Amino acid sequence: MSFSPPPGPGAPPMPSRRLFVQGAAAGGVVAGLVASGLPSRAFAAAGPVVATAPQVLSGPDVQLSIGESLANFTGRTRPAITVNGSLPAPILRWREGDTVSVRVANALQAHPTSIHWHGILLPANMDGVPGLSFNGIAPGEAYQYRFTLKQSGTYWYHSHSMFQEQAGLYGALIIDPLQPAPYRFDREHVIMLSDWTDMDPGALFRRMKKLAEFDNYYKRTLPDFLRDVRRDGWSAATADRGMWGRMRMTPTDISDINAHTYTYLLNGTAPAGNWTGLFRSGEKVLLRFINGGSMTYFDVRIPGLKMTVVAADGQYIHPVSIDEFRIAPAETFDVIVEPTGQDAFTIFCQDMGRTGFAAGTLAVRHGLQAPIPARDPRPLLTMGDMGHDMGSMGHDMAGMGHDMKGMEGGCGASMGHGAHGSNDKAPRHPASETGNPLIDMQSMATAPKLDDPGIGLRDNGRAVLTYGAMRSLFDDPDGREPGREVELHLTGHMEKFSWSFDGIPFASAEPLRLNYGERMRIVLVNDTMMQHPIHLHGVWSDLENADGQFHLRKHTIDMPPGTRRTYRVRADALGRWAYHCHLLYHMEAGMMREVRIEE
Amino acid sequence: MSRFPAPARPLLTAALLVALATPAWAQSHAHGTAPAPAATKEAPVDPKVDHGSMDHSKMDHGSMGHSQMDHSTMDHGNMDHSQMDHSKMDHGSMDHSQMDHSTMDHAAHKTAAPSEPREPIPAITAADRLAAFPPIEHGAMEHAPEIHSMLLVNRLEQWDGQHGNGQAWEASGWVGGNIHRLWVRSEGERSGGRTEAADVEVLYGRSVSPWWDVLVGVKQDLGPGDSRTWAALGIQGLAPYKFETSATAYVGEGGQVMATAEIEYELLLTNRLILQPLLEATLAAKDDPCHGTGSGLNKVEAGLRLRYEFNRRFAPYIGISHERLFGDTADYHQAAGERARDTRWVAGVRVWF
Repeated sequence: MSFSPPPGPGAPPMPSRRLFVQGAAAGGVVAGLVASGLPSRAFAAAGPVVATAPQVLSGPDVQLSIGESLANFTGRTRPAITVNGSLPAPILRWREGDTVSVRVANALQAHPTSIHWHGILLPANMDGVPGLSFNGIAPGEAYQYRFTLKQSGTYWYHSHSMFQEQAGLYGALIIDPLQPAPYRFDREHVIMLSDWTDMDPGALFRRMKKLAEFDNYYKRTLPDFLRDVRRDGWSAATADRGMWGRMRMTPTDISDINAHTYTYLLNGTAPAGNWTGLFRSGEKVLLRFINGGSMTYFDVRIPGLKMTVVAADGQYIHPVSIDEFRIAPAETFDVIVEPTGQDAFTIFCQDMGRTGFAAGTLAVRHGLQAPIPARDPRPLLTMGDMGHDMGSMGHDMAGMGHDMKGMEGGCGASMGHGAHGSNDKAPRHPASETGNPLIDMQSMATAPKLDDPGIGLRDNGRAVLTYGAMRSLFDDPDGREPGREVELHLTGHMEKFSWSFDGIPFASAEPLRLNYGERMRIVLVNDTMMQHPIHLHGVWSDLENADGQFHLRKHTIDMPPGTRRTYRVRADALGRWAYHCHLLYHMEAGMMREVRIEE
Repeated sequence: MSRFPAPARPLLTAALLVALATPAWAQSHAHGTAPAPAATKEAPVDPKVDHGSMDHSKMDHGSMGHSQMDHSTMDHGNMDHSQMDHSKMDHGSMDHSQMDHSTMDHAAHKTAAPSEPREPIPAITAADRLAAFPPIEHGAMEHAPEIHSMLLVNRLEQWDGQHGNGQAWEASGWVGGNIHRLWVRSEGERSGGRTEAADVEVLYGRSVSPWWDVLVGVKQDLGPGDSRTWAALGIQGLAPYKFETSATAYVGEGGQVMATAEIEYELLLTNRLILQPLLEATLAAKDDPCHGTGSGLNKVEAGLRLRYEFNRRFAPYIGISHERLFGDTADYHQAAGERARDTRWVAGVRVWF
């Protein structure tokens, strides 16, 4: 065990970009800062750490201590927030039907903390959201969580206090089913993906408020323009630049924060650390993927292996065989692979903007590594992605020129087009969006796009998972038609880094009230150019198919730009629940509501 | 895609079959929705639908005279509609005027959703109520700060002109939220070791649209022999095509009104090498010889600066700047021994905090 001094004047210089992306080979938690009395995991700074056996805590009584530790993922030793000295937090392994009791102690020096059990159905006062479920856990104090597990599957837990999730407070939560799973597997691995920054997450948020485009080093340049002129002609190239210019946006804004700030981790290990999960040839291996990233969508594939997705957000689905999937923050996917014919396979998880990757290895023994594929080309957002696709509405783009010029003060505000396409809907925008300085665009033509693999994944020659391809293994457990419908628009302003529902940030928003027992429908329309994973606490989000029928039970609904997606909610959990974008900085910037289920 | 629920699709298929014999019926039901082949292909999506047992006898087509048809034994499972060509159908000559759909019963077309949940809603106990709404202390939820700030020193440079050399700066900073901000702006120039002209503005800014702020405040001139105070009213923001724009009117003592407008653009040669053209114009309403100001357009400054962003916060630059005085303003300055035009080389840094 080595102990590193806190960062200061003696800290090593900024790591190179390569080290930043690949991370430090011997990365991980260096030492616990706070003596918690619980074992703290430590890595030797010298000697490669090829694999880490994660802490697994099971049984109905669990003690967790949240404290500060030093971690080193990039060559720099930085403070992290850990659970029992571990990053990611220990894997919790429980059994469906059990009543568990978790004592969470706050060993942080100065900050209150909390743990939210993501996707778990439980009483509101066990949900772990300070200000809604409880008062949070003050430094030096503890909170006794106690709840009965009414479900099984792959879930996770994380802090719901400020930016602690970004600093490392996230871990896997596995609930074994009472009834055998409808699929067979010989061994399993948890694959927890996340994003690490050497920055203080609060400072990163302040940076976003000053210059949201800080990490976008991919803006189109003058040489790009000249290339497009040569390729597409002068008028096409200028029309394209003109459209983006009028919107004051850039099509390379795929993610707000990328690998210029982040080092991506797989089970708390940077790519250079080569996390390894073992298999024997011919075994069926269940991989429980969890995206614990604060701001990162990962596109995951294992070159050489087909993946069969058997569960989404902990809930069984009809098996789907695919080559690649995009996982939004907070989503979980259980996939089965049958590695054979090679001794090692790379689990390759590039970020959606193609700026970096997390990676690990499935191998027959430690110390092996398969080639790491090159990142895919960086995608460019199109007007179609953003719900501005006039082409699909039977209009000629050139003919729209005069309309587009009138789009001052919110793109699309003046485009009064009806629904022309089959599923394309010209959304009616809430009045609170009109003239709102916090809204920089509105969608004009939205669709569920359930069968769309998404930006950067279309026509890549691989079978890519879509929401449309996933179907719950069970029928609608409630069965009722929704008795009413609530439509909410995801809104924001990229440059101000302000995010909201219907243009109203959390601080000034009224709670959304549901009546206990009712079955209702939530309609989400994405009025931004970003993708948002929307999570409703306390109850399931039952995604509907394009025909409005029950399709897929989830706890987090991903909303790509230009989409309108609907889901059913059965309000069977009394209390105050958080409802928010699971991009951590979007939530903190206002894309959150309280949902209050009352009698 | 069809707007009909999946169980209705086999009925659409049946409807199309009927349509071949009685196009009038199909016209109102199948047209404008999904083409039949697609519907047939997708029908197996819901394995719960049993086509064999579907009871169409509840369909009441009113006066259409199909009441003798017995559909209960029809097997639609093996129908292949993919070869059907509907393009030759001529619906133009159909007369629908006699159709009476008012007695049609559509309820039987879809499986009725239960009115009670399959999984019953649990009854609420007193303990549930207690757990659902625990007492929450005010301020239990920590929020990310809503007040932020930024200071941008857009130009901090050494200049070397045809008639001398010196230093110049231009900076702006804000503190506040998304809508309301306090702005401080400052601009100035030094030559031969002394400050030639300088001003500081303190303004309240409010976002009035996604891209525009209205500002109101004061400007204090700090130049030698010039300590005028002005009331300021202006706008600033990002114009379409991403032109950083600001325009401000100043009302000073003695009723003088001046205005400045500035437009800036960022042309990306690479994502770090950025060419920044700049155009600034100053106007005055009144002739004011004491301060060397003529009425109308009195000064235009055009600059071109090429910076390299070593990182986002620190970018050194080089550039060229041309300044020209106009009208009486030019005359007043020439009378004082100054030139009406100057072209300067500049080198400096752009930094922000």
